[in-house]
Amino acid sequence: MNETWKLLKSAPPTAMFGMIVILLYILVAIFADVIAPFGEREIVGAQYEPATEEWLLGTDNLGRDMWSRIVYGARNTVGIAILTTILAFVVGCFFGLLAATLGGWVDQLLGRIVDVLMAIPTLIFGLLILTIVGTSVFNLILVIGFLYSTSVFRLARAVAMNVVVLDFVEVAKLRGEGLLYIIGKEVLPNILPPLVAEFGLRFCFVFLFIAALSFLGLGLQPPTADWGSMVRDNAVLITFGESTPLIPAAAIALLTVAVNFVVDWFLHLTSGLKD
Amino acid sequence: MSEQTTTDEAGRERGQKGDVLVEMRDLRISVRQEDADDFEIVHGVDVTLRRGEVLGLIGESGAGKSTIGLAAMAYTRGGCYISGGSVNFDGIDMLNASDEQLRQLRGRRIAYVAQSAAANFNPAHRLIDQFTESPILHGFSNKSDAETDAKQLFGRLRLPDPDNIGYRYPHQVSGGQLQRAMTAMAMSCRPDLIIFDEPTTALDVTTQIEVLAAIRDIVDQFNTAAIYVTHDLAVVAQMADHIMVLRHGKLVEEGDTREMLAGPKEEYTRQLLSVRSFAKEGEKETGGEEPLLRVKNVSASYGTTPVLFGVNFDVYREQTVAVVGESGSGKSTTARVITGLLPPSEGSIEFAGETLPPDFRQRDKSQLRKAQMIYQMADTALNPRQKIREIIGRPLSFYLGMSGKQREDRTRELLNMIEMDPDTYIDRYPTELSGGQKQRICIARALAAEPELIICDEVTSALDQLVAEEILKLLDRLQKELHLAYMFITHDLATVRAIADHVVVMLKGKVDDQGAKDGMFQPPHTPYTDLLLSSVPEMDPDWLDDLLAERARLRAEGKLAESADN
Repeated sequence: MNETWKLLKSAPPTAMFGMIVILLYILVAIFADVIAPFGEREIVGAQYEPATEEWLLGTDNLGRDMWSRIVYGARNTVGIAILTTILAFVVGCFFGLLAATLGGWVDQLLGRIVDVLMAIPTLIFGLLILTIVGTSVFNLILVIGFLYSTSVFRLARAVAMNVVVLDFVEVAKLRGEGLLYIIGKEVLPNILPPLVAEFGLRFCFVFLFIAALSFLGLGLQPPTADWGSMVRDNAVLITFGESTPLIPAAAIALLTVAVNFVVDWFLHLTSGLKD
Repeated sequence: MSEQTTTDEAGRERGQKGDVLVEMRDLRISVRQEDADDFEIVHGVDVTLRRGEVLGLIGESGAGKSTIGLAAMAYTRGGCYISGGSVNFDGIDMLNASDEQLRQLRGRRIAYVAQSAAANFNPAHRLIDQFTESPILHGFSNKSDAETDAKQLFGRLRLPDPDNIGYRYPHQVSGGQLQRAMTAMAMSCRPDLIIFDEPTTALDVTTQIEVLAAIRDIVDQFNTAAIYVTHDLAVVAQMADHIMVLRHGKLVEEGDTREMLAGPKEEYTRQLLSVRSFAKEGEKETGGEEPLLRVKNVSASYGTTPVLFGVNFDVYREQTVAVVGESGSGKSTTARVITGLLPPSEGSIEFAGETLPPDFRQRDKSQLRKAQMIYQMADTALNPRQKIREIIGRPLSFYLGMSGKQREDRTRELLNMIEMDPDTYIDRYPTELSGGQKQRICIARALAAEPELIICDEVTSALDQLVAEEILKLLDRLQKELHLAYMFITHDLATVRAIADHVVVMLKGKVDDQGAKDGMFQPPHTPYTDLLLSSVPEMDPDWLDDLLAERARLRAEGKLAESADN
């Protein structure tokens, strides 16, 4: 514990900034009910009210409090992005490690399936499937998680390939260990650093992807507060020189930058590079 | 080499033989550290090298021998710097020389031959193009002269087909040939000094002889001074006029080669000299009983390339069988067939009278348990993310169903058995251990399974000689205590001499010859076996001369086998 603290304190300013921002987002997401002055769907005033003391950031196209919706948006957008990324990693890592460890036709089959999936542009593929299966939160997580597991598969397989040829994996095989032991105990711990870094980056992509889907109307559905759809709903205001639609966009941008800062630092630490 | 030259063939002025060429005084080299004081790795060493002289630098890994060798051309590896002392090369103060000056010297007057020629040739260019690069760059000669010279030097280094071999790419020639090509390349500008950094360590013994002889000839012919860095005292005894023994960045002893071999003054030098004297007591007699392992007429192939052809040999209980041969002779492949990693295309493996399934996946736990394997690279054979407790404990719970206190106690007992203190080491990760300790952990892991046979694949070749000897002694003791049988794969014949009861010589995927150890080292056997077994360097400084004379005689009589690598 002490060591972790020391490590965190030694972080460069960019990573420190990133960690503080992420922490703030998490706190806001958890305590949204306490922080937000109004409810997520509550209509509190007229449309497009300017920022006053009552409405810190004004109101949106239906007269809902913008600040409260930003706060709830943190919970919805970020929460779903995290769940989706986790799903993508569980699926991608499992199959990636399976392909690397077993090799042969299993590797070939999984590899070709992923090739096919990756050949289709993700956004178009996502739109297509979501139009077919409908846009519930559950479907959203499942579809995006599945789509993003392909690149996780490729990374996990590539890094695991370097580990499965090492002698200690052969030792485990010759001992008669099962596949799950080899994957979980021998290979996985040795490829964690690149995977953790990838998790951060992938989270940003998923997060942006959900925002994009919401902006296009296929992501989180109204009246749920979501940053992507909030940009779309209030987009018209930009023509009047109002900054309201930029606020959720800025929230998205800030988190993406913050996560990237932390990931950079982490990669730097684990790669052992000095400069 | 007796005549003293004042000008070389290019007409360049050269000093007299015996003049001081390199002088390093109180040389100190440090490593830069980010969050601590700089760490000194060479602590004030004096080196004097005269023209026409070969200086041997010898020591274990970490002794600073390569670092000192490179310092002669004012070069340090990444992260290091020369923190004190002086380096003087033929009157030039190297430490205060400009980069341009150093660039002029390096390659032209000082050349370097690295351990791994394969890693130091650019695979995308032909040998001769890489040879000519340096002379042309330094304005020493033009392209066609340099090419003519290359062919001549290739010939002097006894490369086959010297007129055409230069037009091949590095991957098209063998390791020994590449090493000789690199020596030729170092000679291309007729330098005053060549630094050889373990040039034969990665080579097979039979090839090593060729390279050693070639290097010595060329050094003699051109009256070049050389620094020869190696960990192998027997090799340096053939090459050097003068030896410096180094340890932990300090000089232990220095002196004339013959004098030092005859009467070492320091205890450490004595240890190094006696390192090959270990020999197990007694020789295991075999007869009547059933063999523990029987390799029966095994042939195998990688894909469509056949690599083993009808291999037969037996291993008896409590016996050590050494399988020797050059790289590519099929030693390790045989081990893979025995363990079931590579199912044979023909033949079978019998263990205690029972035929084992060819594929390890079809073998049951007890069949797997009885034959364990120890690898050459202990680094990669231990999972860096597991503690010693888990590494040794896993086979205990996996094979023997131990858990809790029983498993903990047995793990500690095993650590004691390999002479490592349980309290100190049980919670460490492999990266926190030295090379020898890692190999001990691998031994303990093999022992944990309570095997009857242990296959040792080059287990000592990555270790320093003193450490390697400790490991051999440990294996020998464990064999007596636990009645183990060893199948010992090695290319190091000194190891064979030390521990084997029975020797199997492999050549090109076949068993060339086999028999009890004592008989095997006495000719006559098959021509290849005699060639291989006579190639082990000995401490005697005249050994190489005598051997080459003997071989020249045999070759004249047409009785000598050629090395597989030539």
